[in-house]
Amino acid sequence: MKIIKFLPIIFLYFSLFSSFSNEKNSQLENKIFKNLRCIICQGQSIYDSQSDFAESMKLVVKQKLDSGMSEEEIYIFFKDQYGEWISYDPEFNTKTYFLWGLPVLIFLLGGAIILRKLAVLKN
Amino acid sequence: MKNRYFFIIIVLFFFFFIVLFKGLKNPNVYIPELQKEKNLSRFEASDFYSNKKTSSLDILNDNNFYLINIWASWCLPCREEHDYLIKLKEQNLVKLIGINYKDNFKNAKKFLNEMGNPYSKILKDKNGTVSIQLGAYGVPETFIIDKNKKIIKKIIGPIDKKIYNEILLIIK
Amino acid sequence: MIFNYIGNYSLIISVIISLTIFFLSISNLQKINIKKKINLNKLNFFQFFFVLVSFFSLVVLFVLSEFSNITVFNNSHTTKPLFYKISGTWGNHEGSLLLWLLILTLSLFIYFLSSKSRPIKERLLTLIFQEVIIIGFLIFIIKTSNPFNQIFPIPKEGLGLNPILQDPILAIHPPVLYLGYVSTSIIFSSSLASLVQGNVNNLWAKHIKKWIFASWIFLTIGILLGSIWAYYELGWGGFWFWDPVENISLMPWLSLTALLHCILVLEKRSLLSSWTIILSISTFTLSVCGTFLVRSGILNSVHTFANDPERGLFILIFLFILVFLSLVIYFLFEKNLKTNNNKFNLLTKESSILINNWFIMYFLSVILIGTIYPIFLEVLSDQKISVGPPFFNKLLIPFLIPFLIFMSIGPNLNWIKNKIFENKIQLIIFFILNLILSFFIIKIFGRITLTFTILLAASFYLFFITFKDLIKKDYKNISQAISHFGFSLLILSILMNSILSKEIIANLKVGEEIKFMESTIKFKKVENSSRSNFKSLVGFFEINNKDDKKFLFKPEIRIYNQPQVITSEADIKTNFFKDKFFVINLVKGENYFNIRYQEKPLMIWIWLSTILIAIGGSVSFFKRYEK
Repeated sequence: MKIIKFLPIIFLYFSLFSSFSNEKNSQLENKIFKNLRCIICQGQSIYDSQSDFAESMKLVVKQKLDSGMSEEEIYIFFKDQYGEWISYDPEFNTKTYFLWGLPVLIFLLGGAIILRKLAVLKN
Repeated sequence: MKNRYFFIIIVLFFFFFIVLFKGLKNPNVYIPELQKEKNLSRFEASDFYSNKKTSSLDILNDNNFYLINIWASWCLPCREEHDYLIKLKEQNLVKLIGINYKDNFKNAKKFLNEMGNPYSKILKDKNGTVSIQLGAYGVPETFIIDKNKKIIKKIIGPIDKKIYNEILLIIK
Repeated sequence: MIFNYIGNYSLIISVIISLTIFFLSISNLQKINIKKKINLNKLNFFQFFFVLVSFFSLVVLFVLSEFSNITVFNNSHTTKPLFYKISGTWGNHEGSLLLWLLILTLSLFIYFLSSKSRPIKERLLTLIFQEVIIIGFLIFIIKTSNPFNQIFPIPKEGLGLNPILQDPILAIHPPVLYLGYVSTSIIFSSSLASLVQGNVNNLWAKHIKKWIFASWIFLTIGILLGSIWAYYELGWGGFWFWDPVENISLMPWLSLTALLHCILVLEKRSLLSSWTIILSISTFTLSVCGTFLVRSGILNSVHTFANDPERGLFILIFLFILVFLSLVIYFLFEKNLKTNNNKFNLLTKESSILINNWFIMYFLSVILIGTIYPIFLEVLSDQKISVGPPFFNKLLIPFLIPFLIFMSIGPNLNWIKNKIFENKIQLIIFFILNLILSFFIIKIFGRITLTFTILLAASFYLFFITFKDLIKKDYKNISQAISHFGFSLLILSILMNSILSKEIIANLKVGEEIKFMESTIKFKKVENSSRSNFKSLVGFFEINNKDDKKFLFKPEIRIYNQPQVITSEADIKTNFFKDKFFVINLVKGENYFNIRYQEKPLMIWIWLSTILIAIGGSVSFFKRYEK
């Protein structure tokens, strides 16, 4: 019975959405733009920046996508040219073990502390 | 037990302090300098005069040192370094290739007429994509290419006397 | 001008008063003298009063465009509208520090007046600790960031006319934000005082709860204002960029949220006292740490103030003195904390708050590590990397799913013990409903990842459960119901918005048109005009729906000449279902324009749900307690 109460919500839900177009490539483009930094700007991606350099970089990304390069290959290209700094997604290598690992370690540590607290006090 | 925790935390604490203290001194502007030798990526551009599409493979075909210089007529530091480029050309040890960056043809020609033309070949980069293929991000920037087609030195900013001498050492 | 001197000397008078309060409090600790206690109220008032006079002097200097004052010269201009002259007072480093000081002294004044129920020694200790902070800031301001330095000869015009900074939301964003995280100083001072006195118990919890809620509400709204401004003004329809400065405001908020839940446990069950103190210390520490990171130039961000490593050094030293002192005090007096050996049953509200804190601390550590790791890497190994949205998304989103589920179950549990698992049937029904919903979602959208699907399901689960709690009309827990429902709505809105947003970026000449999904965008014309201090270029765009409804968009480009800045003013059409966002940009040397059109569903719900979260907190703040 309660489910019937929620059916109108479900239909309302559907009506909110129009159909999609096949904009796969431009979505991928924007995704890459948001992942690359603009060198001459203070803390902006080339997606957010309007600077000359950002515009040139966007053109290069488009050219490379058109020529068939994959997203990964494009990141590798830019990191090769400008260093790892240009990508907002830090790699997982010797330099960044702590970066990726420390939060997870803290999570596990917190879990251990809580379990101990629960176990100790249950007795 | 508690004392041990305290000790560990104090050590961590001083570690943080020292790192942040040192971090204050580092500039937070990023300059993509060349860390080690790397291969020159292939690039294509239009010839400055003839507008013909040329590939880097065709230009860099000799067993020579090459110097790729990115310049523009509107760039002030480019004027400063231009004399050094002329001198390098006269040494005859290296072939200079110019890439005219986001420039107006007439202004660029005027610049060359005024200051001299050290380049054995000039290419056009109207939208900045060629420079990015090289790994540059502004003007002026200069790349020294050795006989194995590797980039062995990247100069960001104008060439001054000190850098000029360094270049001479490399190409001799 | 005279206000320069009034401002400067008021600050000096404040230092004298602060020192007086400090030493008076210390001497009062030894012997209780009731007459002197009343004087403290007056002294607190005057300490605040003179900082207020100083602040007010700076405002006057800005309003009168008194360019003999260097701060005014650097940050103001005669043609600025009055409102922005006033808000320019705190829109710079020196002025904003004065605002910090104002709220520090105001908080202390209010604290001392409103804490009469607390033991006198605890109140005096709170005064002492707070005075250490206040005196530290006073010295910092007077020595390195004095807003009343003068310049001769007096310039005729000021330098500060950046149009991007002239925005109403940006004007009130700092005061609201500061009310949030500067007031956590009282929580810090009171916690340390209570620790020293051995008063960390349910009575203290009940007293400090109001402060925690007040800080939290202001901080929530402050962060919201920043995001709203970024969305409307920065031009590309984003509202959160994981920019270091944004992260820095989020960290105290997370710590404060965890503290808020903890203090309820302390009040109701007298548990988690040591963790509560640690959280109190960390919240204020994060606030000061944030101040350091933003003002020292150590981070690269769009939002940073002018870089000055000397000031950065001072804040760093001050920060570490504070942390060091609080660590020492904690370890010295930790034995005063009464450990409660009550049982911690698994299926109870206290356990679920413990789990909530666990997750929040994880989120906090992700953001903290992501923000300061590049600094450490560079110092230790001379390598530069960037940590941006992909990092935060990858580490936060997977953990958000169990967090949402715990949040659905936790508040429904009872304190101490849960004999019957209440509402079991309802929970199962909602769970099944979610499976159905998620199935349909996958059918329609197909392309979203499994993670997003599960996240969506978890969000809906929380949404249904909190909605049910809200309409249940349980007035005892109404504030929790409102805030949690607001939070579920926030997560849901952000998720749906990010999955369903569509955009098109193209280069168009006047007269051209382009297809976008099932509509057509026509570039009708461009109108040039000249305003008081800028040239305006308005593009007229008509978008035809498939139902043949027409929408007219008029995004604008503004070309200022003093300073030479070009800004884009988006045309945003908002309704409850989605936002339509249109921007144009000049392309150098070309005769076409770069246009960007986005359709962003549920955008307004992101703002409304955050306001709802704050409303829930306010309800709790104003609630009268049951006997």
